[in-house]
Amino acid sequence: MSPPADIILEVDKLITSFETERGMLRAVDQVSFSVPRGKTVGIVGESGCGKSVTAMSIIRLLPQPAGRILGGQVRFKGLDLVRASDAEMQKIRGGDIGVIFQEPMTALNPVHRIGRQVAEIFRIHKKFSRRDAWDAATEMLQRVRIPDPEKRMMDYPHQLSGGMRQRIVIALALACKPSLVIADEPTTALDVTVQAQILDLMTQLQDEIGMSIILITHDLGVIAETCDEVVVMYAGRVVERASAADLFDHPLHAYTRGLLQSIPTLETPSKAVLQTIPGMVASLADHVHGCRFCQRMGRRSSVSNERPRFAEVAPGHWAEICPLCTSQ
Amino acid sequence: MLDVRDLCVHFPVRSGIIPRHAGFVRAVDGVSLHIQPGETLGLVGESGCGKSTLGKAIVRLLKPTSGSIHLEGTDITGLNQRALRPLRRNFQMIFQDPAESLDPRMSVQAIIEEPFIIHGLGDRANRRKQVHELLDRVGLPAAAGERYAFEFSGGQRQRIGIARALALKPKLIVCDEPVSALDVSVQSQILNLLVELQRDFALSYLFIAHDLSVVKHVSDRVAVMYLGKLVELAPAETIYRDPRHAYTKALLSAIPSPDPKVKRAKILLEGDVPSPINPPPGSAFGHRMSHPRYAETIGADLSLGRIAPGHWLAADPCCISNEDLAALRKGSGTRQSPA
Repeated sequence: MSPPADIILEVDKLITSFETERGMLRAVDQVSFSVPRGKTVGIVGESGCGKSVTAMSIIRLLPQPAGRILGGQVRFKGLDLVRASDAEMQKIRGGDIGVIFQEPMTALNPVHRIGRQVAEIFRIHKKFSRRDAWDAATEMLQRVRIPDPEKRMMDYPHQLSGGMRQRIVIALALACKPSLVIADEPTTALDVTVQAQILDLMTQLQDEIGMSIILITHDLGVIAETCDEVVVMYAGRVVERASAADLFDHPLHAYTRGLLQSIPTLETPSKAVLQTIPGMVASLADHVHGCRFCQRMGRRSSVSNERPRFAEVAPGHWAEICPLCTSQ
Repeated sequence: MLDVRDLCVHFPVRSGIIPRHAGFVRAVDGVSLHIQPGETLGLVGESGCGKSTLGKAIVRLLKPTSGSIHLEGTDITGLNQRALRPLRRNFQMIFQDPAESLDPRMSVQAIIEEPFIIHGLGDRANRRKQVHELLDRVGLPAAAGERYAFEFSGGQRQRIGIARALALKPKLIVCDEPVSALDVSVQSQILNLLVELQRDFALSYLFIAHDLSVVKHVSDRVAVMYLGKLVELAPAETIYRDPRHAYTKALLSAIPSPDPKVKRAKILLEGDVPSPINPPPGSAFGHRMSHPRYAETIGADLSLGRIAPGHWLAADPCCISNEDLAALRKGSGTRQSPA
């Protein structure tokens, strides 16, 4: 079954697990969501909730040999990426799906000049000549608003500031006009003023190129400002999924509410006691069949042996249905 | 409580194959501030603006190049390590990354007990009791003492760091990005703990962070730092409601609001923080914005002046309104450091 025309990517019951000394860890446990064309879908959650692993599973960049996709489908333009060959994946990565990583310094090769790294994309994916690739790369730097692009092409990554480096990584991701960009914490390593520049740039480029974006972040502020739809993950599972407006307006799951209430905003009275979520993020090592969040809260609910259903509570608003965690 | 005047911390830069003196990094360049008992002064700015260096200089982990630091009337600026030691119980520091600031080979008990041993306080049994009390105070079970720091989660490790800082009942704690490495739900637990401890022990905090919402939440007053200098200092409510310096405004407008309905007009800054090695001679922020009045600021006095009770602002024609500038210039006879 291919996804409807306005859906560019459909993740369906994806399961990814890691082989560790303590056995198999299910980092992604039946995650489903879809990405509409030209829209931005945010995945939010705390560290270890499986948001990055979900992204890396989509583009099949899991650490090998530990990480493995055990089930589910990732449908992208009529192709199931879970079952695609390595050659097909190599064509898609950097081609029709661009990736922006958190730390631009590790995404760029420190011993090659910027120009060579950006031009390489055009050489590989578009089979451009050396000269054409160089010109296309210069144009790409201009597009991501890097001043004096001819000169920057000759620089090495360490000569650029963090914000400039992240612009280069965005240029790499967008070089082949992808229909989907996966951005994994693209602004976490940056200062707020630079973060605002980069988010603004991504939104502008989205208008120009029309790509969809999966934005992974732990920052609800970034989500609220940039995303059309939001997926909230906890301990490898999606606990809630809705449009950004609905999610912030009336969050259904206790975990989402907890996250929203625990951040101080400029409106919170000074030194007032902040809401907290007791305990810490669940360890994936303990196998829990029932509600993961009840486990964190130390509740042995009556349904603790059964995994809560994931259902549509209101039009377009999905949540895990746990009698103790979900309000309706 | 704490009084800092014209503090400078410059680091020499050497470069070349045969290292040669190539200038100074002016990490902290003429900063004056004070903190009252029981008060939290928030310090914000982008990375590389010198806020951590300032914090470290205040607890004398770094030697200031010039200026003075008075703690409860005692001048600690030029004291050597031996002379500082007995005074150190009054001022402590909490670090950003608790994983790196706790010795992995020491048990939690040993980590928290160490300050007592260094200062020759109490016998073994007494110390053990104090450690248990401290663990309890920061919300950890007494059994935690037997374990090692790496066995704990980030939030719990930060609690251990806080317990260690509290051990000698200090009066001032410099908190250097204490929650920025933590998840949001844990961050709020630690913030609540810090606020509670301040109330119970009448602690003063210098709270350094880049997250302006967090700083607003914990601070009584907020100082904004840009490239080694303070540009604005005011009560927390005032600085967020009525920022006067262009940099403060830009910084505030850049905070993403966790409410999709709020669409604030953003002031997008061009470029990055300039290098503190050989900074622009005039207004650093005016230079970043290529402001037409930048030339006026070269050689001018850009130190803080008072525009309203408790509200201090840099007299920088590139970054403040003409009325504020006129007010500052008129009052320049009485201009002094915010003390």
